[in-house]
Amino acid sequence: MRFTPLRAALAVLLLACGVLAGAVWSELRSEALPDAAAWAPATPEQVARGAYLARAGNCMACHTARGGAAYAGGRSIATPFGAIVAGNLTPDPQTGLGRWSLEAFRRALHEGRSRDGHLLYPAFPYTHTTLMPDADVADLHAYLRSLPAVQQANRPHSLRFPYNTQSALAVWRLMHFEPGRFQPDPAQPAEWNRGAYLVNGPAHCAACHSERNALGGANGSYGASAMPDGRWLAPSLRDPQQAGVQPWAIDDIVALLQQGTAKSASVMGPMAEVVFHGTQHLRNEDLRAMAVYLQAVPVQPAPALEFKAADASQKALGEQLYQRHCVDCHGAQGQGAAGAYPPLAGNRAVTMALPVNAVQAILSGGFAPATAGHPQPYGMPPFRTLLRDTEVAALASFIRQSWGNQAGAVSSLDVQRLR
Amino acid sequence: MFKDRLHAGRPIKNRAALFPTMRSRLLFALFLVPVLAWAAGPPRVPDTLAQRLMACTLCHGQEGRATNAGYFPRIAGKPADYLYHQLLHFRDGRRNNAGMSYLLDHLSDAYLRDIAGHFAGLDLPYPPPQPPAAPPAELARGEALVRQGDAARELPACTACHGAALTGASPAVPGLLGLPRDYLIGQLGAWQTGLRQAFAPDCMAHVAKRLAPADVAAVSSWLAAQPVPADAHPAPPTREPLPLKCGLLPQVSGGVR
Repeated sequence: MRFTPLRAALAVLLLACGVLAGAVWSELRSEALPDAAAWAPATPEQVARGAYLARAGNCMACHTARGGAAYAGGRSIATPFGAIVAGNLTPDPQTGLGRWSLEAFRRALHEGRSRDGHLLYPAFPYTHTTLMPDADVADLHAYLRSLPAVQQANRPHSLRFPYNTQSALAVWRLMHFEPGRFQPDPAQPAEWNRGAYLVNGPAHCAACHSERNALGGANGSYGASAMPDGRWLAPSLRDPQQAGVQPWAIDDIVALLQQGTAKSASVMGPMAEVVFHGTQHLRNEDLRAMAVYLQAVPVQPAPALEFKAADASQKALGEQLYQRHCVDCHGAQGQGAAGAYPPLAGNRAVTMALPVNAVQAILSGGFAPATAGHPQPYGMPPFRTLLRDTEVAALASFIRQSWGNQAGAVSSLDVQRLR
Repeated sequence: MFKDRLHAGRPIKNRAALFPTMRSRLLFALFLVPVLAWAAGPPRVPDTLAQRLMACTLCHGQEGRATNAGYFPRIAGKPADYLYHQLLHFRDGRRNNAGMSYLLDHLSDAYLRDIAGHFAGLDLPYPPPQPPAAPPAELARGEALVRQGDAARELPACTACHGAALTGASPAVPGLLGLPRDYLIGQLGAWQTGLRQAFAPDCMAHVAKRLAPADVAAVSSWLAAQPVPADAHPAPPTREPLPLKCGLLPQVSGGVR
């Protein structure tokens, strides 16, 4: 057989396919683990530590349906690939984790495999829980075992082809998942390392605050990204113009995570859920550690979009609407009201390059989370029913281009996509 | 507050008499500086529930009274427990309205109780109802169902639970007046299909499922056409047993919050 470039290329291609097939096959090949024999008895301290980790990870937020039994699963998470339904984590033997040994639970958190060996979807953030040391995994397992067993069958996911196949998931894992425990950086102080562990491990902040590629692979680098359902934007933690806290005092970062409001900023949308169910329950020293780590995240400004000025008529309509609906609370200069209403002048949610969160705030209104430290937040009405798309677009454009704000105009189409 | 204090006691006739020396005038001016600086700072808003709950009144009408048109129900003056239960139902998915659920998602049980108490405590005048569009026969049928029910179909009268004046009963039975017709039809329909639920046993679901579509229209038309009486307070808790058993707030609700 004669050597030609074409044949050589074919051979290389075949070899590459073979290597990939082998890698996928080895990903898919996994055995079922036996039923839990008898669980080692857990001490109350262990259960309490596990409960704390579950708060840090806000496991409940996804693994509880609206109004449903805690941790019994059933919440559906819309993603660009279809809907993923969180499973039942209570110790029910038929529908929950009742037959899961500690080893099976550890393998799920560290390797993203279910008890029967099949690969789990990374909506379950095993790309982060893989960092958890065995002791923390055992504590979390002890806590989940201590919950009342709830019989509630898991609903199937509804993902589109090919995302609903194990082979596709195997390819995704080869590209985006590296199992491994957290390794502290000896050059950094203990507080920074504790923060790094919490942020990157159980709290899985970068599951939302990270750029994602077209296959949903996150690079864990705290950039901005649309939430899986596209309704909100998780702002960049690297960019102080977005949600970066590099210029903030540690106390302010702690207050934001603990009370949901600080420095005239408030959390909203999905982050309000994180604070309400998760971070407000964490110990002060852990919030400080997270703050120290987040403050030290290297600054990298997000790429600017081309500035688009609102035309005169849009801005006039926006101003008229602002005077009618917004000025009483947010002030004639967009200065807000201390302790109650955030300023809009210089507000990062308002001036982010993409107007998603600003538009969403106008449409949906909302309250900051009612936390122990901030139990009666002031609310903003939803304007969804009152204002048309053109009006929301004009109002958002006016706010984004007044009082020194310099962000692009918003179109009716932008609003329609989010409504 | 400063003004009141200065004016307390005797009336001030001559400003110079109050600050007779140059030094005292200077001191007063110096005292004014921080006050003026404070006044020029960011606007302060009232530290009240009414101010906090402006989020509610854009849709539910000024101070929660609702308008006499449209869909949004009045919430002012309804029994506190009723309102609290509805807030829990919206937050926990037993009532379905994406906007309401989003607003309440991250609020604590304690705050929801405060919100319910605030609106329950309001005593507001209501606009007259819209003139009824329904034919007299439909209104008569509606009134008969509201006041007498239909024993043959085991339908209790609305008044049996919601009070003779239909202004509800403490602590948890809502009044039925001052609500738009579309809203009433929407709720009865939602109970029939299970989209609206209450704590088990869900007595209203039981009643609603016995209503024919024409009954729903008749009852809603008649109720929406009645004026809200000047004293719209719910009746005191009834001693009579209700015609149906209605669920109360379970001791542990979902265990989530």
